[in-house]
Amino acid sequence: HLPRPPKVLGLQARALTPQTAETDAIRFLVGTQSLKYDNQIHIIDFDDENNIINKNVLLHQVGEIWHISASPADKGVLATCYNRTSDSKVLTCAAVWRMPKELESGSHESPDDSSSTAQTLELLCHLDNTAHGNMACVMWEPMGDGKKIISLADNHILLWDLQESSSQAVLASSASLEGKGQLRFTSGRWSPHHNCTQVATASDTTLRGWDTRSMSQIYCIENAHGQLVRDLDFNPNKQYYLASCGDDCKVKFWDTRNVTEPVKTLEEHSHWVWNVRYNHSHDQLVLTGSSDSRVILSNMVSISSEPFGHLVDDDDISDQEDHRSEEKSKEPLQDNVIATYEEHEDSVYAVDWSSADPWLFASLSYDGRLVINRVPRALKYHILL
Amino acid sequence: MDSETDMVRQIRALDSDMQTLVYENYNKFISATDTIRKMKNDFRKMEDEMDRLATNMAVITDFSARISATLQDRHERITKLAGVHALLRKLQFLFELPSRLTKCVELGAYGQAVRYQGRAQAVLQQYQHLPSFRAIQDDCQVITARLAQQLRQRFREGGSGAPEQAECVELLLALGEPAEELCEEFLAHARGRLEEELRSLEAELGPSPPAPDVLEFTDHGGSGFVGGLCHVAAAYQELFAVQGPAGAEKLAAFARELGSRYFALVERRLYPPYPLPLSSASLAQDQSPVTPVSTLCAEARETARRLLTHYVKVQGLVISQMLRKSVETRDWLSTLEPRNVRAVMKRVVEDTTAIDVQVGLLYEEGVRKAQSSDSSKRTFSVYSSSRQQGRYAPSYTPSAPMDTNLLSNIQKLFSERIDVFSPVEFNKVSVLTGIIKISLKTLLECVRLRTFGRFGLQQVQVDCHFLQLYLWRFVADEELVHLLLDEVVASAALRCPDPVPMEPSVVEVICERG
Repeated sequence: HLPRPPKVLGLQARALTPQTAETDAIRFLVGTQSLKYDNQIHIIDFDDENNIINKNVLLHQVGEIWHISASPADKGVLATCYNRTSDSKVLTCAAVWRMPKELESGSHESPDDSSSTAQTLELLCHLDNTAHGNMACVMWEPMGDGKKIISLADNHILLWDLQESSSQAVLASSASLEGKGQLRFTSGRWSPHHNCTQVATASDTTLRGWDTRSMSQIYCIENAHGQLVRDLDFNPNKQYYLASCGDDCKVKFWDTRNVTEPVKTLEEHSHWVWNVRYNHSHDQLVLTGSSDSRVILSNMVSISSEPFGHLVDDDDISDQEDHRSEEKSKEPLQDNVIATYEEHEDSVYAVDWSSADPWLFASLSYDGRLVINRVPRALKYHILL
Repeated sequence: MDSETDMVRQIRALDSDMQTLVYENYNKFISATDTIRKMKNDFRKMEDEMDRLATNMAVITDFSARISATLQDRHERITKLAGVHALLRKLQFLFELPSRLTKCVELGAYGQAVRYQGRAQAVLQQYQHLPSFRAIQDDCQVITARLAQQLRQRFREGGSGAPEQAECVELLLALGEPAEELCEEFLAHARGRLEEELRSLEAELGPSPPAPDVLEFTDHGGSGFVGGLCHVAAAYQELFAVQGPAGAEKLAAFARELGSRYFALVERRLYPPYPLPLSSASLAQDQSPVTPVSTLCAEARETARRLLTHYVKVQGLVISQMLRKSVETRDWLSTLEPRNVRAVMKRVVEDTTAIDVQVGLLYEEGVRKAQSSDSSKRTFSVYSSSRQQGRYAPSYTPSAPMDTNLLSNIQKLFSERIDVFSPVEFNKVSVLTGIIKISLKTLLECVRLRTFGRFGLQQVQVDCHFLQLYLWRFVADEELVHLLLDEVVASAALRCPDPVPMEPSVVEVICERG
């Protein structure tokens, strides 16, 4: 079991996403943050069998990248939120891009990065934010046809239709946060449940759920965290469950039907938690990254879709009456921290699971180090068998 | 010819060497034989002396036997007399016992009295069928009863501190008083004292004072109640250990009840800032008679640690919020050339100093790493630290990004990663270090989210230098403050499209003026 070499990009970075539509090869996209040099998107391809990391570089000269997300339908399409400076004013804009065809499925070039020439992205469309403010993130409709995206700009939620093969972004509907003070969305997530009609957003210390059809609020969790909420994620298997994390160093799990109290709270990090991600298939595996430079993989089995591990098959029950009582007396398994990854030397701003291999994940720290890790084999077999 | 003479010379030399060797060894052989001869002589002499010794011993044994035989008779008689003498002394003791006991009771030498009583007990019991002994026993019983009564009295009067009480109980037990009653009374007394402690703690819980008093509260509780409880438990165990599990159960129940009341008070003190999940249930789990005390102490220590950690977090948060707002709300792109240190930085230093004073009242200083005399005068610029050089290369070639950042990453590997929240120790320096680490880390994270103009960067430079000047003295290792502030300025430089740092001398002038 060889350790994976951490990949060091040339620049600061805090944007990471798996290439969502790619379900065969393990591929991640990383966006750089530099005010001096040309910014880039690195396509990191991980060759599992040979334990090699291949990299391709795309130029993203319009500005430093704060957020990146990939289309779930088209491997070559992605969206970025980037900073543009003009007249001593900084504006975060969003755009949809297409990468060169030959890079869509990765190319197995030599790991020697410096020799490969950087290629350019094709701009598909901008998300016009003249009326709206700074774009915080862009979310694609999960498992959709890649035609619907939602962006969060200042205190607005904007639903866009991508038309004319994504060369035009038309604003379909929007909603705004009203209230006193400078309200601003920090992060959002599109729920894969309810026919993809719900999104959740984080603004200051509040979590809100929205119906995308009516653009109205469904639920509101005030003071979800003691300080700013940084990120949230939906449980892929349990439709009313979501996780949030924030500057109070905590990760909280919520049942949206009863928002008075979190179902579970984790406090394993010693500084702000920037990212929380459920595993796409096995929702007991929860990944978190923090500015304490650590990545923690937790086993939240008691609130997962299989709190008792694998249940007894129906056949067995009908055979013996005893089985039923035995099953009832089984205790839910204990939650625990599976592993703490300390390979980063700087704040970890992004973590995410691969969309190709459910047991593999990547973490990105500010110094441009991308580390790829796996769920420990023993646990993997325990879950599977 | 020459080589022949040379060889001849060599041969001669070798020859003489050989002879010397033989001669030397021969010498050694000669000396060896001499030594052996001497040894032989010596051993012969020793043998003679041994023989003489043997004869003398035989003579002595003979004499000794004869003496013993002669004195055998007398010896027996003397033994008998000695025995009789001892017996008489014991009898005298017994006869004098009542008066002695009375005197002891009068003088208050209870321990002595109980000891006497103990000694005589068995004998009196055995010979109680003899009228004279009977009389003595009766007298003693009367006096002992009076003694026990007095001991109980003393015990009940309580006020006289735990060790004296313990002594009373010990003596009463020795006198054969029923242990159960004593257990109950002992605990009842201890309860009275401890409940008073609890009451005084409860009285303190009036209108909730700000955080620093939490430390005082725990200190009070710790030394008063917890200390008292520990004493009681220890004394109880020493005294009633013989009573077995039933006795231990009583103590456990007692400790559990009072302990849970204490923890409830502590919880009340902390709520609402931080609902502590204290579990006095852990006390209930402990059945073994030996450990309740240590569990209590460990629990108390753990609670204290959590309180302290909470305090550090809360204080760290207060300063963090100040720094955060100061970075988030300012327009860093169009800010003017810095002339002053920003007011918020001065407030940060003031607040930190205030915390230092407050904590200093309750905790000892702690250990600081020795620093050089001119540490406060450290020049501070974007270029100064070796870690900086990797990040900020003066050359702007596009190929630079790989090299400079690789270099800084390698340098980072060798410098220690700063643990933002390592466990806090019970001393002032550790507490302050924790608070400052949290605050500076927040500053770093906030700086990384903004974009700075040239003067914005310079302002950050000035502010950080100011903090460096004043915060180093609060922490355990001043290098830590330097590293964190370095990181802040470096990050600000990375977030600046046009970074031109201020001259170090100008920075110093501005800070000194502030």
